[in-house]
Amino acid sequence: MFVINCPFCGEREQSEFKAGGEAHIVRPKQPTELSDDEWAEYLFMRKNIKGVQFERWNHAHGCRKWFNMVRDTSNDEIKAVYKMGEKPPIE
Amino acid sequence: MTKNLRVKTGKAIDETYRISFKFNGKTYYGFKGDTLSSALLANNVHLVGRSFKYHRPRGIMTAGSEEPNAIVQLHDNSSRTEPNVRATEVEIYEGLEASSQNCWPSVKFDVGGINNFLSPLLPAGFYYKTFMWPASFWEKYEYFIRKSAGLGKSPTEPDPDIYEHRYIHCDVLVIGSGISGVMAAKTAAKNGFKTLLVDEKPNLGGSTIYQNSDYFKINNQNSNSWLEKEINEIKKLKNLEIKTRTSVAAYHGYNFLLARENFTDHLPIEQRKDKTRHKLLKIRAKKVISATGSIERPMVFDNNDRPGILLSSAIKRYADFFGVACGEKNVLFTNNDSAYETAISLIQKGINIEAIIDNREEVDSKLVYEVEKNNIKIFKGYTVTNTFGYKKISGISIKQLSKDGQKVVGSRINLSCDCLGVSGGWTPAVHLFTQSGGKLKFRDEDQVFIPSIYPSDQLSIGSCNGDFTLDEILINTPKSLKEFLNIKNTEYESLEVISSTNKSKRNIWLLPSDKVLGKTKSFVDYQNDATAKDIKLALREGFRSIEHVKRYTTTGMGTDQGKLGNMHALGIISETAGAKMGELGTTTFRPPYTPLTFGTIVGRNVGEYFDIFRKTPIHSWHEKNKAEFENVGQWKRAWYYPKENENMHQAVQRESKAARESAGILDASTLGKIDIQGTDASEFLNRVYTNAWSKLAIGKCRYGLMLNEDGMVYDDGVTTRLGENHYIMTTTTGGAANVMGKLEDYLQTEWPELDVYLTSVTDHFATISVCGPNSKKIVSEVISDLDFSDESFPHMSFKNAKIGKINCRVMRISFTGEHSYEINIQANYGKSVWEKCMEAGKDYNITPYGTETMHLLRAEKGFIIVGQDTDATMTPIDLQMDWIVSKKKYDFIGKRSLYRSDTIREDRKQLVGLLTEDPNEVLEEGAQIVADVKKSPIEMLGHITSSYFSPNLKKSIALGVVRGGKNMIGQKLIIPMEKKNINVTVADPVFLDKENKRLNA
Repeated sequence: MFVINCPFCGEREQSEFKAGGEAHIVRPKQPTELSDDEWAEYLFMRKNIKGVQFERWNHAHGCRKWFNMVRDTSNDEIKAVYKMGEKPPIE
Repeated sequence: MTKNLRVKTGKAIDETYRISFKFNGKTYYGFKGDTLSSALLANNVHLVGRSFKYHRPRGIMTAGSEEPNAIVQLHDNSSRTEPNVRATEVEIYEGLEASSQNCWPSVKFDVGGINNFLSPLLPAGFYYKTFMWPASFWEKYEYFIRKSAGLGKSPTEPDPDIYEHRYIHCDVLVIGSGISGVMAAKTAAKNGFKTLLVDEKPNLGGSTIYQNSDYFKINNQNSNSWLEKEINEIKKLKNLEIKTRTSVAAYHGYNFLLARENFTDHLPIEQRKDKTRHKLLKIRAKKVISATGSIERPMVFDNNDRPGILLSSAIKRYADFFGVACGEKNVLFTNNDSAYETAISLIQKGINIEAIIDNREEVDSKLVYEVEKNNIKIFKGYTVTNTFGYKKISGISIKQLSKDGQKVVGSRINLSCDCLGVSGGWTPAVHLFTQSGGKLKFRDEDQVFIPSIYPSDQLSIGSCNGDFTLDEILINTPKSLKEFLNIKNTEYESLEVISSTNKSKRNIWLLPSDKVLGKTKSFVDYQNDATAKDIKLALREGFRSIEHVKRYTTTGMGTDQGKLGNMHALGIISETAGAKMGELGTTTFRPPYTPLTFGTIVGRNVGEYFDIFRKTPIHSWHEKNKAEFENVGQWKRAWYYPKENENMHQAVQRESKAARESAGILDASTLGKIDIQGTDASEFLNRVYTNAWSKLAIGKCRYGLMLNEDGMVYDDGVTTRLGENHYIMTTTTGGAANVMGKLEDYLQTEWPELDVYLTSVTDHFATISVCGPNSKKIVSEVISDLDFSDESFPHMSFKNAKIGKINCRVMRISFTGEHSYEINIQANYGKSVWEKCMEAGKDYNITPYGTETMHLLRAEKGFIIVGQDTDATMTPIDLQMDWIVSKKKYDFIGKRSLYRSDTIREDRKQLVGLLTEDPNEVLEEGAQIVADVKKSPIEMLGHITSSYFSPNLKKSIALGVVRGGKNMIGQKLIIPMEKKNINVTVADPVFLDKENKRLNA
């Protein structure tokens, strides 16, 4: 079970958090302009990589804030956490 | 049989305190401090169980948690009965009752023993190969297989004991209290680390503490005396917490560990009352030091499983700790120096040793010389080829090993004995290390896996790290500790150590025999009866991966997880397949290290505490009026209110009629309520609901449907505009938290520019819904100074009001299709307002109704319930609710998905009404809908989602989803049931008052 450093609250047990899938997927501003394939790309296609992954997390049983996390899925090392809208601190 | 084999007082027991206990119905005596196994051995009882597959007699094999054979049932036929307990871990107490598990009718005469003679017919994978066909017979086979396997009995009564959970945070956790563990705990605590030391045994000191041997000295004291002094010192340290009888079960990522602390299992039953039995410790440690020691390996030779064959280290422990001789004519069989340490302990205690068989041809070791001095015959370069005796070992055959160790040569020598101690070297206990994600490396010189790559801030020291001799431990441990704890010095820099062990070892995974392998029974996994032959067969049949061989032969799949035999399985695979051990890897060790009881895992979360439940402010009224309750999410909702001898159907029919004919009242407090404020609140609603919100006037209500981005219906509810920038949204009872989460998600991540604030106010308000033709009369009596005229207060509007001095919100909205009002009031006034409504409605036969009647009434009206009439595959178009989807709005959540190629298909499943040919026939919810029963296979068109007998329409009504159903109105379909086919007609889903006359009446 991870210890997650919520950017608003500090270190907390993983059980207080909810994972929210891949990060940095922006909802298209004009969905109506998109073809079925383009919309499907946004709607369904998510990465599931072994290695460094950018993820959304929500401090559901805490401050309820969403934030981003960089996690190495091969060893669960959390490399960074950062607020929504901020640039990832690592590539 | 009842010989006393207690030779000399062991330090772990108190000989002044005699304890009686029962094993298999017979009474025996032991002393306080004895384990069940040491007490049985003292009474010369070796035979304790039968093996899993061949039902061979099995005896106590070890003295610790790795025990594969001595698995017993405690306190049979009582609520405290517990199966699969290792006799080596049970501390005896007055009144203890234990029995053998895997035998019938008794351990001495076991019918299943026939399997031993049938064993040529029971090869690896026998069950897989035999019980495959016909597949439908599996259930019948399973019954008999389970019966004959007999893995103990589970209790049939509730557990009377108390269990708890506790979180512990510490700087350093030390697991294991042998020499290295004690050194680590002392060093950490003295350097200011908040330290926790745990050990699974009742006392500290590991295997050293009672051994008292002149061959192992630290600073001129015997190692046990030195350790005793150290232990006395650490007990005084302030920032060191010590927990014994505490076994670490699991080591997860981020140094999160689970351990079980055992408080009462060693106490007589009558002293356990009101005490916590086990505590599950959830430990979060900044640093972890594993000093978990090592487990002695047995050796693999023909008939190596007879009762009376033990690990040599176990024989030593029984002598050192408990003063128990495991036999009177002992023979030791070894490939390394460990058996000589045992021999020296036995000599000290005056226990007879007949001979030692040593695989090694030449050894230059002080220990060996000492044993030779005592005139004990040592057969160097020999191996055991067979053993004799059925319920107990009676003798062995030995032969000389060839130079390469692959064959036996020379003539057979027979020796008689009543106990054989086996030592195949040591396996580091790396189970917890690998659970944490650590990677092992293989050390060729002594054929062991040791920790290599640490996945978190942790350290392995002592023999679990491959340091098996005393001098290695005392030199390497302080070095590693300094680096790990980042300190300059330890107290252990210049110790004088005398360690007499010679490290040489002659490792042969499968010892040769004078018989062909096929005729031998050389057990690798004792608990699951997997032999060397089985493993070789699996390889011949094409299995290569260690994980596959494990599952096919069941090696290492018992409750002991193969703590003894896994290395031999690997060794045999490696030799046979010509692969390197390091490349094969090991099987995965999984938590728990030793089994945990269910009680420990659930702790206090049992019975009513299993899951929390929520009650409305009016709950006590429902209870008083004999409501039956239904669980909706975590809520307890009134389901129906049976009167006198009514059953559910009768109650619901009565409630439904009353609500339509005069007045009904419903506690709707469980509906989710979200307070929405901000200058962009209207825009926000536009984006999250399918319909338009900008033009909703203040004081008006509107029904909204919320989709997922994939276009599927997610939730629904009525939202009311309270002010220019202020709305109150209601959600379904079960969906409240998820809707709140979803809205927050969009606000925080996609539309942070919107000025909107969300607050969950579900618990703040009690919601009372009064419906029916007389609802206006009743509510206007409760709220006297409010204009209830249809002009001033029409359907879908809202008013602020007062009941006495208390503010409330009244909405004229309806989920039943009747003229109806919803009063929202501060939660703590809920019950009193409910009672006022009941009082005011007395003359109108106001009838409280529950969720079942609510469901029936809304179904008459064709209103959907999200989650009942929809699943995650229904769009609003599928629900025939096109009217609620705005064509004008540029975007809302899910809009784009409504015209994907898949969602615009005409033949999607669509919601329709269904009427039965026989109006009294009520359909079953979930039943299949088909058109043609003659076609094979029958094509399934859909299923029933809601079905009731409507007392108001006096007929059966149902809602269902049917492929292409929208265009099938009037068509005949069939509901095929087990005994008959029911004819139905597709109808409009609105069965009652399509023109909304009653709503506006």
